[in-house]
Amino acid sequence: MIQSLRFRAAVVSIAIFLAFIGVWHLATRQTLSVGTMSPEYAKLMGLTATSGKSAMPGPLDVGAKLWEHLKRPFYDNGPNDKGLGIQLAYSIGRVGLGYLIAVIVAIPLGFLIGMSPLMNKALDPFIQVLKPISPLAWMPLALYTIKDSSLSAIFVIFICSVWPMLLNTAFGVAAVRKEWINVARTLEVGTFRRAFTVILPAAAPTILTGMRISIGIAWLVIVAAEMLVGGTGIGYFVWNEWNNLSITNVIIAILLIGIVGMLLDQILARFTRMVTFPE
Amino acid sequence: MSTFDNPFDPARRLRAGACSCGQHASQSEHEAGLQLRCDIPETEDKRYEGVVASAVMRAVFPKEVARRAFLKSVGASSALAALSQFFPIKTATEVFAQGAGKLEKTDLKVGFIPITCATPIIMADPLGFYKKQGLNVEVVKTAGWAVIRDKTINKEYDAAHMLAPMPIAISLGLGSQPIPYTVPAIENINGQGITLAMKHKDKRDPKDWKGFKLAIPFDYSMHNYLLRYYLAEHGIDPDTDVQLRSVPPPEMVANLRADNIDGFLAPDNICQRAIYDGVGFMHILSKEIWDGHPCCSFAASKEFITTSPNSFAALTRAIVDATAYASKAENRKSIAEAIAPAAYLNAPPVVLEQVLTGTYADGLGGIKTDAKRVDFDPFPWQSFAVWMMTQMQRWGQIKGDVDYKGVAEQIYLATDTAKVMKEMGLTPPTTSYKSFAVMGKTFDPEKPKEYLASFKIRKAT
Repeated sequence: MIQSLRFRAAVVSIAIFLAFIGVWHLATRQTLSVGTMSPEYAKLMGLTATSGKSAMPGPLDVGAKLWEHLKRPFYDNGPNDKGLGIQLAYSIGRVGLGYLIAVIVAIPLGFLIGMSPLMNKALDPFIQVLKPISPLAWMPLALYTIKDSSLSAIFVIFICSVWPMLLNTAFGVAAVRKEWINVARTLEVGTFRRAFTVILPAAAPTILTGMRISIGIAWLVIVAAEMLVGGTGIGYFVWNEWNNLSITNVIIAILLIGIVGMLLDQILARFTRMVTFPE
Repeated sequence: MSTFDNPFDPARRLRAGACSCGQHASQSEHEAGLQLRCDIPETEDKRYEGVVASAVMRAVFPKEVARRAFLKSVGASSALAALSQFFPIKTATEVFAQGAGKLEKTDLKVGFIPITCATPIIMADPLGFYKKQGLNVEVVKTAGWAVIRDKTINKEYDAAHMLAPMPIAISLGLGSQPIPYTVPAIENINGQGITLAMKHKDKRDPKDWKGFKLAIPFDYSMHNYLLRYYLAEHGIDPDTDVQLRSVPPPEMVANLRADNIDGFLAPDNICQRAIYDGVGFMHILSKEIWDGHPCCSFAASKEFITTSPNSFAALTRAIVDATAYASKAENRKSIAEAIAPAAYLNAPPVVLEQVLTGTYADGLGGIKTDAKRVDFDPFPWQSFAVWMMTQMQRWGQIKGDVDYKGVAEQIYLATDTAKVMKEMGLTPPTTSYKSFAVMGKTFDPEKPKEYLASFKIRKAT
């Protein structure tokens, strides 16, 4: 039954995909009628103007261009023109670094907040105010104070991915069942040992859920941040192609951003499953 | 007497005086001299050689009369040959071309915005103008004017491509905290246009434009001032009768297609791109508003100049060289090819060619030719800066009085650039103020206040 459900789902998925491609193809066929123009004039004009080609590329254009990119993902023509593989690697590197710093800060701090009701109350107003700020709102401030655009991008990743982790860690730690902590107390387990052997495993699923939310946000933000600061990364690629009004390349970038985001999410989902325990 | 009139010319006048500066035979020749000459001798080396040989000739025969007698008796070419017998002119030329001082910094970063205005900055990289000065310059494409400002302020860039009024705005602290900025060279003159959506092809009179939404690239831009000027001259108040929006250039074409705006005054290749994509037509070139107006500038912070004066001079030489090269019509086609790839402008070569060669489709089915559609002239006229300040006041960006000349002289480094140009064997203008006409109305840089007061339409203060 499950097998057949999966099979049926796959069939429906493929059908939706094909229908989408079909509609897209039909919608972008050249439909506009074009007036006559002299050949010299036509030579100076683009295809949209001369042959009524739709400004939106069709699936075939995108496929051909994607193949071109996939054939040589790592070329490097100087600082302003690099292959898609290199651009993605830059973005993933930035996200990884900012995210790692956020993990290093958020998890110990979350433990502190979760284990101490005093700190919980004291830090709460700050967290509540800082949490809803759009990460990109930090960008001008970061550029101004850090005075380095790539560090600013990493800072923005850090600041946006720290909150879900911090709150989830604090919540997970505070919600560990009292009985377990009391058992640890009766066995005279020290604070550190209690934190690592009782609370950490108990709170791990909640913490990892926070980390999973964070990586999603970090990946959302990096594209926008790179569009602002430029230089390298997939966000810069989008901006650069937008500058050339090359919608084909923008669509390809969107596709790749989605795939990489999904992979990052899946990796953390797997980790979450590893630490989940039945109660 | 200047180092740059030809001392090998036996017929050279011994006493100058016919014109106000003493360099020219007559006042009319003097005025012609004010027009910057970018027609350099066939090659770079030849030009530098000429400069060096002239200096040697003068050193050997300091007395003009004696030099003249010598030249008359042996002829210029044998005089030069005789000189090179005992003076290594070739070696001296090489040393001279590298500049006098040691470069403090050879690895430089220069930011640019991908529009044709940045042509000299960009092409100097693939065509080797930076290398010739012993510089290793990385030209970095940047996302927008505010980002380029921040990155130069942060010293991530040593110098950058800016809109001509931006260094004035930054130095005066308009829209940012005041940081002394300078303009050693103007990038391009002309090179903008008013493009309207196809549906307005019958509304060619600006008087019909009430209620239009028009886009400009940045508040502190010549585009803004020229569009406001043009509208106001036609009786449209740019603050109340139309809506002006600051829109990044690439988004202008998309917005025009989406019908969000009615038109824009944009830097070129954007105008031509809208035509190329069939969404707009060229209403007028900005050249028709003010022929020879500055557009973008090459800017560096005062700090860079004081900490690395030799690197700065070398950079200025490279830009002036590139600008001189770009000003020649026959080089334009090859430049368009050099700057089109993804690493630079990332634009279709046919669009760039139309902009740079000046033979373009107007979007209405006609082909027009205007070789000066965009032109290149590096000299930073201080009167340009004064004009910009009058417009900043006119539209309320500067409140109160401003020391026009003081500010202009601080920022537009006409004297320094003239010196660099002389060292390169070019002929810079001898003054840094000139008057010009904007839509037929003459601007006298000596009377900015009166000029400002003469406008009926302006922002109420």
